[in-house]
Amino acid sequence: MSLLEVKNLSLEFRTRSGTVHALQDIDLEIKKGETVGIVGESGSGKSVLSFGILRILDSAAKVTSGSVTFAGMDMLGASERSLQEVRGREISMIFQNPRTALNPIRRIGKQIEDVLATHTSTLREDMKKKAIEALAKVRIPDPERRYSAYPFELSGGQCQRVMIALALACNPQLLIADEPTTGLDVTTQAAILSLISELARERKMATILITHDLAMASEYCDRIIVMHAGHIVETATTADLFNRPRHPYTARLIASTPGPEQSIATLASIPGNLPDLRRNDLPSCRFHARCEKAQDDCVTGPLPSQAVRCLHPL
Amino acid sequence: MNAATLKHIRYVATENPVTLGAFILFTGFVLLALFGPWIAPYDALASDGAAALKPPSAAHWFGTDSLGRDILSRIVVAAQLDFGIAVSAVAASFAIGSALGSLAGFFGGWADRIIGRIADTIMAFPLFVLAMGIVAALGNTVANIVIATAIINLPFYIRVARAEVNVRRNAGYVEAARLAGNSDLRVLALHVFPNVLPPMMVQISLNMGWAILNAAGLSFIGMGVRPPQAEWGIMVAEGATYIISGEWWVALFPGAVLMLAVFTFNLLGDGLRDIMDPRMRT
Repeated sequence: MSLLEVKNLSLEFRTRSGTVHALQDIDLEIKKGETVGIVGESGSGKSVLSFGILRILDSAAKVTSGSVTFAGMDMLGASERSLQEVRGREISMIFQNPRTALNPIRRIGKQIEDVLATHTSTLREDMKKKAIEALAKVRIPDPERRYSAYPFELSGGQCQRVMIALALACNPQLLIADEPTTGLDVTTQAAILSLISELARERKMATILITHDLAMASEYCDRIIVMHAGHIVETATTADLFNRPRHPYTARLIASTPGPEQSIATLASIPGNLPDLRRNDLPSCRFHARCEKAQDDCVTGPLPSQAVRCLHPL
Repeated sequence: MNAATLKHIRYVATENPVTLGAFILFTGFVLLALFGPWIAPYDALASDGAAALKPPSAAHWFGTDSLGRDILSRIVVAAQLDFGIAVSAVAASFAIGSALGSLAGFFGGWADRIIGRIADTIMAFPLFVLAMGIVAALGNTVANIVIATAIINLPFYIRVARAEVNVRRNAGYVEAARLAGNSDLRVLALHVFPNVLPPMMVQISLNMGWAILNAAGLSFIGMGVRPPQAEWGIMVAEGATYIISGEWWVALFPGAVLMLAVFTFNLLGDGLRDIMDPRMRT
């Protein structure tokens, strides 16, 4: 049985300047313990999807169709109260800018204790020990001393480690990492990602890694989901995706990922931009205007709802 | 209050001598307010016709008033009443104002509109006149001075809390707290509100000065505290009539103490903020 199942999910934002069709017909499935990457350029709906799974949405957002099922629980129909129990305990999230994601005036040890107090029945006298253990687990040096540090006293990488400690404090079944390494330097990025994947393996925890960095996703993920303009355009195992990309967008995305011996001059780019998602006459395939294989049926025809969302795959 | 906090307070005090001065003055006023009746050299209410309107001397440092009461003793005893009024009024407006302001800033929409209009309505009146009106309508008691002072200070707390909460409601740690399964109210109370306290501290301190001034002002024009009770505003009012005939000390000393108290609170605000905000720690 799959841990998380999103079926046919469509979501839109009703704004003053029109309705933004942010997600359309999203189907995805996460199995226990697997690491899945969601890749796409900015504005493709990666973050909206992850917030939608947890049902933390702006009041302007409206789910127009579909379902989200987590471990047998209907996330879209559940009461706010039961969602609060799932958030942070069963599904945790870490995101970019760890510096701003920690409460600036609470000591980091106390912030971990807050999570433990909300979701577990840890005894008061064990709290400090547990919090220090959590800090040690994410390899924060000298955790006893760091326990009483404020976020501004830590480096960006250490803040992200604290975020991971917070997210994993209650042993969640699913971790959503939304661009967890943006704003960190390259060596720290690798350390943070290795830490996440190691802890995930150790706890048999499923991980969704949201990123715009294909190379990074290829290194850590079992499967990769490619998103473009609110659609999932391709889902494949990492090896298949790189060896045999089927969707033209995936192919171009791979071609535009810099390799070690490549110079900037030869690096491919994808022409055009994401279509304006406020349009009501969006083509069936939203990549249509940027695709060299585009034909007339891409605009009007129904698209296949299989692993590759394309009428003329490569 | 642990060792690190004490060390930080010491750091703030030595780094900024003005703050240190404000803290010393503040401590002095608090001691007066707590122990005034025991410190005062004379009975604040005992009149002595033979010693009426005597200038400052070794026996009466600040002189005596028209009934021969020792002005120093009256100033010392009055500290309790003036501080009592100011502290209770500010505590009430802080509690109510910051709660309303936080709700308005955090939830926006209707809550924001209604609470914002309440603040605007109060602000539309000249505040001292509004306070006079409230005391006149409710009756001439100390409790009503507290209520009036609390009401006229309410909009300042509502506005500061609203603005400060509003800029933080979409901060990363607020989102993180929601994602960790906290309800909206819990996020507001535990994660947003503590971050708003440092700027609120400045407001509290400034407001204490105004509150004292306001209470004294009401007494000065004959509302609120009534003679023969010792209160700085009344003492200035009583002394005002004697300034022309040359007995300057009757009004000067209570007025000077009043000024010093307001001054202390204004300076204290900045120091308090530095102590409350851990980011100022180095």
